[in-house]
Amino acid sequence: MSGAKSRRTAVLLGPYSVWAALFILVPLFFVAYYAFTDNSFNFTLDNILKFFTEQSRETGSRIYLDIFFRSLKLAVISTVICLLMGYPLAYIMTRAGERAQKIMMVLIMIPMWMNFLIRTYAWMTILQDTGILNGFIQSLGLQPIHIIGTESAVVVGMVYDYLPYMVLPIYSVMAKMDYKLVEAARDLGCNGLQVLRRVILPLSIPGILNGVTMVLIPSISTFYISQKLGNGKFFLIGDAIEGQYVSNNLHFAAAMAFILMVILLAAMALIKYLTGRREYEGGAKA
Amino acid sequence: MSKELIRLKDVSMKFDGDTILDNINLYFNDKEFLTLLGPSGCGKTTTLRIVGGFLVPTSGDVLFDGVRINDVPPNKRQVNTVFQKYALFPHLNVFDNIAFGLRIQKVAKPEITKRVQEMLEVVSLKGFDHRSVTSLSGGQQQRVAIARALVNNPKVLLLDEPLGALDMRLRKDMQQELKRIQREMEITFIYVTHDQEEALAMSDTVVVMDGGRIQQIGTPKDIYNEPKNAFVADFIGESNIVDGIMRSDGVVEIFNRKFRCLDSGFAPDEAVDVVIRPEDVDIVPESEGQLKGTVTQVTFKGMQYDIIVDFYGFKWLIQTTDFCPEGSKIGIKIDPDGFHVMKKSHYSGMFGDYSSYSEEYDEISDAESEAEE
Repeated sequence: MSGAKSRRTAVLLGPYSVWAALFILVPLFFVAYYAFTDNSFNFTLDNILKFFTEQSRETGSRIYLDIFFRSLKLAVISTVICLLMGYPLAYIMTRAGERAQKIMMVLIMIPMWMNFLIRTYAWMTILQDTGILNGFIQSLGLQPIHIIGTESAVVVGMVYDYLPYMVLPIYSVMAKMDYKLVEAARDLGCNGLQVLRRVILPLSIPGILNGVTMVLIPSISTFYISQKLGNGKFFLIGDAIEGQYVSNNLHFAAAMAFILMVILLAAMALIKYLTGRREYEGGAKA
Repeated sequence: MSKELIRLKDVSMKFDGDTILDNINLYFNDKEFLTLLGPSGCGKTTTLRIVGGFLVPTSGDVLFDGVRINDVPPNKRQVNTVFQKYALFPHLNVFDNIAFGLRIQKVAKPEITKRVQEMLEVVSLKGFDHRSVTSLSGGQQQRVAIARALVNNPKVLLLDEPLGALDMRLRKDMQQELKRIQREMEITFIYVTHDQEEALAMSDTVVVMDGGRIQQIGTPKDIYNEPKNAFVADFIGESNIVDGIMRSDGVVEIFNRKFRCLDSGFAPDEAVDVVIRPEDVDIVPESEGQLKGTVTQVTFKGMQYDIIVDFYGFKWLIQTTDFCPEGSKIGIKIDPDGFHVMKKSHYSGMFGDYSSYSEEYDEISDAESEAEE
């Protein structure tokens, strides 16, 4: 009986298992394999070490570590901005009427239906020195600003592209929250701000974590936005990987991808561990 | 016991053109256990939420100690609520849930600890401080919810169907507990329920509501023994309600026969509703009966038999310890205090006939639907 059942489960799982093996495990294996081998596929740590040690001939700074930290900085800034914008938006959505919620949801989703490249090009025309933004600023009688080709422009692009990935997980957690908890907090003496800080915020941490993960990871490895909105002036880690790949330096490209993946996994594990522990301690202290 | 604490004056509530509360006038005394009782959608929860500050009435006033508090938000009222499904904070443990209100008031730490411990003792949950609330049983969660509200020393505790989600046995235990806590703490309890047994067992005062109106206010005994109309008679306990004519003080006529009763104060020959409780009917041999009928259905209930008896086409519920087989002809006798005479109301003729009797009578469970009110 249970044997038949487990066989059935195995059969049903079959197609997915094959899919997962082909498209997840095999590529991961090859990334790791390429990262730890040289051009004739002998084991080597050179590619990994190169990432940490390669220095610029002119300035002596470590090229790839610098690129990595720049990517990290822009990704963290974008994630924080997404969180600061996305969290209130998600909260407002859950408090709105049913119709308004649907409309807001569609407005958030629509840009996601458009091609990523087109969206980025759209921002180029907005942010150019003679673009829509400066046209607007000058029409107000103010000095035009130079933003295209700066880190700010890249951050604007990333925030725009990844904001929905912050809003949706937070919204889904908040929408499931029992509104009676808010009433209970009010009943026990909380003003609006205290309700937010003591009840809504702690209960939406899982959504925040998901949102941060879903924004941080793609924005740290992005390569296209920086090329277009940054005018190619500063390399991000994604650009570096792409560059090495295009110039047929697969092993070093794989090594960078591998290192990035390990660092991200470690970071996510750490965040999960810290927030999990913080909640536990917060709950246990008297 | 008699000092007035809260008064609802001409309070009406409308949602989208629907009248939920229709001109409610009601006062709550200090230290009393008052129950708002009624079926789903009668407005009892809305009334409670108005007192709690979660709703502002469309018209009328809410007075606390004589001061109008219509627009005072819940966090500024000396009132705390025990919510229907507890609404405990899942991210906090038992201690922190109970301490929540005190921390908002910035009470000193040692005092918080002391008061929470006292409360844990009151609700019999000593030693549960560090347990996660999600690991507790329904009854334990209920106790935490009560402690969380009571620790703030409210003048009034509002309870919204607090026992609705518990099983029968636990309900009975918690009824006793709540009554004990109310006496110990010496505060006002305003309790919402659709369960008439619960209301009768616990309350000093019962307010029966239906259709957004108050039908009757009184002690449990008054409500049961002297229902004001057919709705109250039917909702509180079981009732046979028949058309009658008040021939004179102390004489009521049903089925064209005159009976002695204790009621008076009606106009001569006034048409009335007459309530006869199923337990007030004595079964006698057919020849000795004041009324004669045929048993059409018998249900064994443990303590008694519920039998349905057909009198001249009108079916009565009678509770008896004597076994009468289906189809047998019986006579009945009713003492003068077994009749209760009521004025006619718009509820006349809607209740009190057991023609469509089923064994599941009056087992209303509308806790779910009421929650959305």
